[in-house]
Amino acid sequence: MATKLPHKDVVIIGLGWTGSILAYELTGAGLDVVAIERGPWRDTATDFPPATAPDELRYGVHLDLFQRPAQSTVTLRNKTSQTALPVRQFISFLPGNGVGGAGVHWNGMTYRFSESDYQVKSHVTQRYGKSAIPDDMTLQDYPMTYAELEPHFDKFEKLLGIGGKAGNLRGTIQKGGDPFEGPRTNEYPNPPDKQPLGPTLFAKAAETLGYHPFPVPSANMSQSYTNPLGVTLGQCSFCGFCERFGCGNYAKSSPQTCVLPALMPRKNFEARTLCNVTRINLDSTGKKATGVTYVDQHGAEFTQPADLVLVCSFSFNAVHMLLVSGIGKPYDPTTGKGVVGRNYAYQCTSGVLVKLDNTLLNPFISSGVGGMALNDFNGDNFDHSGLGFIGGAVLQATQTGGRPITQINSFGDDPKWGAGWKKSVKENYQTIYALGTQGSVYPYKDSYLDLDPTYKDPYGVPLLRMTFDWHPNELKMSAFVTEKLADVGKAMGASRLAASSRKAPYSVTAYQTTHNTGGAVTGDNPHTSVVNKFGQSWDVHNVFVYGAALFPQNSGMNPTGTVGALTYFSVDAIKSQYLKNPGPLVPV
Amino acid sequence: MVGHILSRRHLLSSAALIAALYSSSASAAAISGQLPWQPDTNAMPPQVKPGTWAYFTPDEAAAVEALADRLIPADELSPGGKDVGVAAYIDAQLAGDFGKDTGLYMQPPFADGLPGQGFQSALTPAARYRKSIAALNDYCRKAYLGKVFADIPAADQDQIISKMEAGTLSLGGPNSKAFFQLVWQNTKEGFFADPIYGGNRGMAGWKMIGFPGARYDYRDWVEKHNQPYPLPPVGMADHPDWKSHV
Repeated sequence: MATKLPHKDVVIIGLGWTGSILAYELTGAGLDVVAIERGPWRDTATDFPPATAPDELRYGVHLDLFQRPAQSTVTLRNKTSQTALPVRQFISFLPGNGVGGAGVHWNGMTYRFSESDYQVKSHVTQRYGKSAIPDDMTLQDYPMTYAELEPHFDKFEKLLGIGGKAGNLRGTIQKGGDPFEGPRTNEYPNPPDKQPLGPTLFAKAAETLGYHPFPVPSANMSQSYTNPLGVTLGQCSFCGFCERFGCGNYAKSSPQTCVLPALMPRKNFEARTLCNVTRINLDSTGKKATGVTYVDQHGAEFTQPADLVLVCSFSFNAVHMLLVSGIGKPYDPTTGKGVVGRNYAYQCTSGVLVKLDNTLLNPFISSGVGGMALNDFNGDNFDHSGLGFIGGAVLQATQTGGRPITQINSFGDDPKWGAGWKKSVKENYQTIYALGTQGSVYPYKDSYLDLDPTYKDPYGVPLLRMTFDWHPNELKMSAFVTEKLADVGKAMGASRLAASSRKAPYSVTAYQTTHNTGGAVTGDNPHTSVVNKFGQSWDVHNVFVYGAALFPQNSGMNPTGTVGALTYFSVDAIKSQYLKNPGPLVPV
Repeated sequence: MVGHILSRRHLLSSAALIAALYSSSASAAAISGQLPWQPDTNAMPPQVKPGTWAYFTPDEAAAVEALADRLIPADELSPGGKDVGVAAYIDAQLAGDFGKDTGLYMQPPFADGLPGQGFQSALTPAARYRKSIAALNDYCRKAYLGKVFADIPAADQDQIISKMEAGTLSLGGPNSKAFFQLVWQNTKEGFFADPIYGGNRGMAGWKMIGFPGARYDYRDWVEKHNQPYPLPPVGMADHPDWKSHV
């Protein structure tokens, strides 16, 4: 029998970026808040001090900071006609685990999507006509504009101390920034960081081609920084152990370095770790949540009553929580009806390897972000007439580490083992530079999430089933942007070059990105969205959803900036409207 | 799924599983009022020392040392896979969490699936090594007058490895290509992982490519483009200047 615990005002499922921000804001509003986290407590000094943080095997290969598939995983199939099998080992995407969530292991690239990305369906229809959108593509607008989100982006960037160069300050284009970005009220809170050799060569080459390179907005501190919560971060040391690692320098923005030191002293906040929420409980009407049920590490089951339930787990885990709790109508791809699990999307990445003779790239000198990017071929920043696709990608030259087990690049015809391999690896390590694209993925009728009929997690709950494959629009986009990236690679003076655009079918056997999106999308119509513009469930008004699960489709950039802005946008409405008058914030 | 009740059996098995995933002192806790502090939550991994084998039989160890020495042969760039401790590294890994697939999803039913659906084997890496080495040695005994893989000439070993790589070597049960991929991945780990794990002795792998290891601070060198980094590598528990270094 589950033990019933004393009532709380708010229960938060998952203590990562969104959970910690919401906890800070709502405890600040005087509410009694508990956050329930599946993984362990983690902090800089205790869990990733510089003595043990630079361990590629433990963190980069054995993925110590990530969700274990044994805890929960997803099943995958490309098409509804196939049988989904469990992702037994995470490779293609790596969901975070533990306090801090993905905010611990990320690199820290913190973009805002293009202004038109938030109204992409209207924008594309207006510029190219309705026929530019394929019949099976379920593209839709966000229910708010970039202008509405702008102050919330600003707040999020200040919380994190993002370093960068504005490209558009209140409508005036700024030299050195991204001229394609939407108008910003303020400069970035920190200047951009220094650049290693690779990104420097990329930016020079891109400029000769008439493109507009800019420093990737970065959550790796270019200098010591104190955020508005009074928490101080240190300077990034370019240690080369960022993505998949915790930062031992207090130099990467994370809940640990930006929020928790200000949140934890508050008596009206409590974190419960190694506790797995198994469902959100509803009252007899099914229209109001009464709290959550969770299981601790000893197998004891508890119910936590609360007035407000905030779903803050990783995107597809949030969708899973809604499905197993019976919140919202599950999406049915045969009828197109239902919404939970609909519009699952991913990111379409590709790469170009360039060999730069007689260089010393020193790839181990790297922050997580350290790099230059260009948005000349992202979103609708270029004319798509006659191209046969919509969407685009950011083109990036980053240097995220020279970790030898996982990060040595080689060409397909280089020797694979033996003496020849040794010789080529030694040479390649300092001379092959990897450029990349992160492309948009638009949603389709047959790309969705539901519950698997066969496989279950350790609690006996069905795993989430992912049905996903690449569609012609994204493959054409990838071919186009990869060719543009290869042009830059040639202009860098490459003596050899290998360009590989994305190819079908979607496979989980190589790392691509952890930018999984959708499935609980935000919108202004309950028939095509799970939550309203404030992340509030259309069906259960005291359940709010956060994170990239809200994205109606995915853009060609890292999602965290938008995740942060949507979180602040929502909590503003909770504080100013919902708490005074709990109920639907948008009429159904 | 609404109102789904967890069975006692599920709760117990899930608890055992979650506890097994965290070897540190991490425990479920209600944390409030301050940032918590527990000592030793992130202890240094134990140093793997050569000597006795934790998982391999002597025959298996000889086979893996021979494989490692052909995959990474000794030459002017570095000592060979055997001498840098690749087999000691793999042995320790197979005796530990990696060998047991701890943390992976290992619930049935198992099916081969499509290549894009990824790893679907019910066999742990430790079991795959055991079965595949036995099959490899059986193959060699038949083809090389009773000799096992470790005892045949290097050129023949290379030929066999090439056939495994291409998937054209028939080992009976085990898939030779999958075994090649496993051994090669683990061999690279044993060459390049921190020496604390038993391989990369003398930081030989790092020295070969010029990776400075666990130095963790390059602020002064970011803009010194195209200049060789001047300092030798350090490991988490291995520094050329330390007197305790052996």
